[in-house]
Amino acid sequence: MQLAKVIGDVVITRKDEHLAGITLLVLQPIAADGTNAGRTLVAVDAMGAGVGETVFFVRGKEASFPFYPTEVPTDAGIVGIVDHWDLG
Amino acid sequence: MQIARVIGTVVATRKHLKFEGAKLLLVQPVSLDDTPRGTPLLAVDSVGAGVHETVLIVLEGRAAGEALGRKGAPVDAAVIGIIDQVDVQE
Repeated sequence: MQLAKVIGDVVITRKDEHLAGITLLVLQPIAADGTNAGRTLVAVDAMGAGVGETVFFVRGKEASFPFYPTEVPTDAGIVGIVDHWDLG
Repeated sequence: MQIARVIGTVVATRKHLKFEGAKLLLVQPVSLDDTPRGTPLLAVDSVGAGVHETVLIVLEGRAAGEALGRKGAPVDAAVIGIIDQVDVQE
């Protein structure tokens, strides 16, 4: 899993039927110091996150597990909203 | 998932059984500012996308197989939606 900032959303009308009702958000992965780290991506949202929030997301087929038994065709999903993080 | 632009279609007569009837598209991943990013790749299409359209692609084997509606299909990318609009606030 990885930290990311939600920087946008995607509007999509014609889509796979299993994506119905699911929010798609644009994520910018960030490093532990909060700086941008790597490519932006689009993720499904299982937590009700919004633009501007810091979240953590999972990559892979596991991203669809929060929506079980619906088999959502996704490779990335938000599974937590971060309140804060501390470096030891 | 990544944003991509459909740049072509691929026709292949001899292909794995699980591809039977599937539409193959050539897609170019793009950045949020619409510039090409990386190498174009092949994706199966489950939503009826056409050339020049901006689409959402999933880059994971099992998810792509599900989009195609076939378990165990030897695929690793699928078009799962046609993008109307992307709003970025940064």
